[in-house]
Amino acid sequence: MDVNNCPPYARFRMETFSCGGRLWLTRAWLNTQIEWSEHLAEILYSCTTCRNCEIKCPLRFNVDIVNMVVAARSEMVESGRLPSAVKLFLENVELQGNPYGSSRTKRDAWVKGCEVDYFKRQEYLLYVGCTASYDTRAQKSIIALTKLFQKFGISFGILGVQENCDGNEVHKLGEEGLFETLAEKNIALFKKLGVSKIITFSPHAFNIFKNHYPQYGGNFNVFHYTQILVDLIKNKNIIPDSRLQAKICFHDPCYLGRWNNEYEAPREIIKNIPGVELVEMEKNRESALCCGGGAGNFQIDLLGGSKDSPSRRRVREAKASGANVLAVACPKCLVMLEDAIKSEELEHTLEVKDISEILAESCNVD
Amino acid sequence: MDNILRSLADIVDETHVSNRQEELFIYSFDLGTAEPRRPDYVVSPESVEQIQAILRLANRNKIPVVPLGGGLSLAGLAVPLKGGILIDLKRMDRIIEVNEKSRYAVLECGVSQAQLTSYLEKHHPQLTHSEPGAPPTATIAGNLMIHGQGDLAQPYGFNSDLINGLEVVLPTGEICRLGSCAVGSEWFTNHPLPDINVFLGWYGTTGIITKLSMRLFPAKRIRGTGQFVVDNEELVPEILFKLTHTQMAEDIIAYSRAIPPFSDGLQHITVNIAADTEKELEWKQEVLWDDTLGEYIRNGDGAYLGFTMGLERPQISKTSDYKKGGGFEYVGSIMPIEKYPDCYRIGRKISEKHNIPYTVTGRCVGVGHSMMFAWTYAFNRAEPDTIRHAKEALHETDDIVVELGGVIWKPGIYGQKLIMERLDPATRELMKKIKKLLDPNGIMNPGNWDVK
Repeated sequence: MDVNNCPPYARFRMETFSCGGRLWLTRAWLNTQIEWSEHLAEILYSCTTCRNCEIKCPLRFNVDIVNMVVAARSEMVESGRLPSAVKLFLENVELQGNPYGSSRTKRDAWVKGCEVDYFKRQEYLLYVGCTASYDTRAQKSIIALTKLFQKFGISFGILGVQENCDGNEVHKLGEEGLFETLAEKNIALFKKLGVSKIITFSPHAFNIFKNHYPQYGGNFNVFHYTQILVDLIKNKNIIPDSRLQAKICFHDPCYLGRWNNEYEAPREIIKNIPGVELVEMEKNRESALCCGGGAGNFQIDLLGGSKDSPSRRRVREAKASGANVLAVACPKCLVMLEDAIKSEELEHTLEVKDISEILAESCNVD
Repeated sequence: MDNILRSLADIVDETHVSNRQEELFIYSFDLGTAEPRRPDYVVSPESVEQIQAILRLANRNKIPVVPLGGGLSLAGLAVPLKGGILIDLKRMDRIIEVNEKSRYAVLECGVSQAQLTSYLEKHHPQLTHSEPGAPPTATIAGNLMIHGQGDLAQPYGFNSDLINGLEVVLPTGEICRLGSCAVGSEWFTNHPLPDINVFLGWYGTTGIITKLSMRLFPAKRIRGTGQFVVDNEELVPEILFKLTHTQMAEDIIAYSRAIPPFSDGLQHITVNIAADTEKELEWKQEVLWDDTLGEYIRNGDGAYLGFTMGLERPQISKTSDYKKGGGFEYVGSIMPIEKYPDCYRIGRKISEKHNIPYTVTGRCVGVGHSMMFAWTYAFNRAEPDTIRHAKEALHETDDIVVELGGVIWKPGIYGQKLIMERLDPATRELMKKIKKLLDPNGIMNPGNWDVK
């Protein structure tokens, strides 16, 4: 067991930031043994809900650890006392439908020049998500994916400015009311438009659509985009033909791997690219170290600013694997790890690429 | 920010020092029954130089210092009884060297049992170490500090017998090395220099272990556990004697427990066996079960329950959830093997008195030279009444250990007092002189091993 697999504990190395410490503090707060403080709230919100603790803990309550953290956050939301960054995150989602606070009207600005269709009862809705809609780096990867889909005949459309936050992070931040509003609105929109199959770019959206929306009547066939691509490769609809001389390691996103047990689809895609050698980081699959961006931390950033930040630890692991490309399948991981590569000054030896970008390159998709 | 906090932040950094309520609360208790006591500061250093600076600061200001490893002694040994600076050592977690040919590892003090186990499995699969039954986050140094034992205790003894060398920061801040590393750069032996190791079993009252060299052992290709059971506790000492005579086991543990109900009153004996080939395993099994214990089966006194491939680690802490709420504490003692029947009967009686399902365990240490006998008392941390019962049971057991002529293992404050009352006066005086010499201001983990 590596205690450094817990992102907040790896960052701060105080028992308060460990899984057990967080739960004992929650109990102490609820029992009025300690008072609410900004520090207590930050400890609670620094958990990225990566589920490493649930996988590793041998005790019988392990499956409820993240639920306990989320429930404690709900208590904080109820009490109205949140870290200012969390409060801003939630306000932005409510006002603009994204955590960045950017205008709703700019949600599809990335589409310009791509000729991506809006959803009009095509086979799939491609749900882009907030990060790929607004973050300039992540936009490049969603563009690569749409071009792949177009080249290989996937029938899809996007929601454009109608798209709203999926609510996964809102849910994990403990804002149940806002999450329910988002879920109900999204489900109503999907139904109104006749959506039955959804491809998500982000594993976070994949998780919430697949595992939570059914409780609100949103029963859709949900796929992560790597699952669509791997099927196309298996069926010979996509044949990557351009050799990429690269040694690639894959970073498992928490919401694809530990939350939804999908470890193989991204790896299968990489393995099918000519000239590529797939290597593993020391911590992989269910033991993968979170990038530190989950549960809103890609925005509220309670884990940044240190060589011990999980994203920086992770890119050092990638470097140690001998890889020159760190592959990801999540726009949040993409942004977090690219920033970490700059902080670690590894730009000349390691680059982060989304699976969609790697495959597009190998298929000569411009 | 107060001056001490500022000084500590200057030594480490602001992230790794705190006097906020959250850190003071979390570091105020362990998982046992000891009363919580809050430290005034918590600090998490990453280097020996930082530890030196912290101790010098504490000495200048006469502030108590409590070193903490995994915090899993369960006996309150790192609860800051007099407040002060609690030093969380887990950040010092580098595996510095594994010498494969000479079979030893040099580790920083924060390396955990699981960290070393997984490192050896990955990088040196032919080597293993004696892993205790503690949770995997227990540190190697913490285990040595309390004279712990592991699952190679039968052939090799206490884990503290397996030390090849130590680096210690003395209470006054000097770095001191013991063993061959004190002469050169190699950490391969603790001998044959004059023995001045006064750091093990002292709970940090004489200094802080910062590095250690520990012996490693051959990891056989096949490892597994066989089980034997008898219904008469009086048979256990002679069975342990016979099993240890074969010198074929890695670990021998006798235990009895109330849960599950069908096992109540039965004495189980688990024997870990290791072999490099199927043939070797078969031969060892034949010697152990047929030749050594066959007579008990033929006489109708015992039964062989089978052999399971692979080791399950940890084992002992499994009883921790009997009362729910995650609380358990045990009295451990070092006892002669022939005391097993008395220990079992007494443990059962005390447990029943306090309405706790009984669990007793005796692990052979050395070739039958002694056993670590433990009486475990589970409690619910959320129910004060169960904690009170457990605490009373623990104190009663401490008394019994002394009455039976055993030595309490890793005693808490109550047990330390019992030992001190009975300690040879000259020995007590020597302890006093050593403490005074090394820790003139009495800052190190005060309240532990107090010599009046």
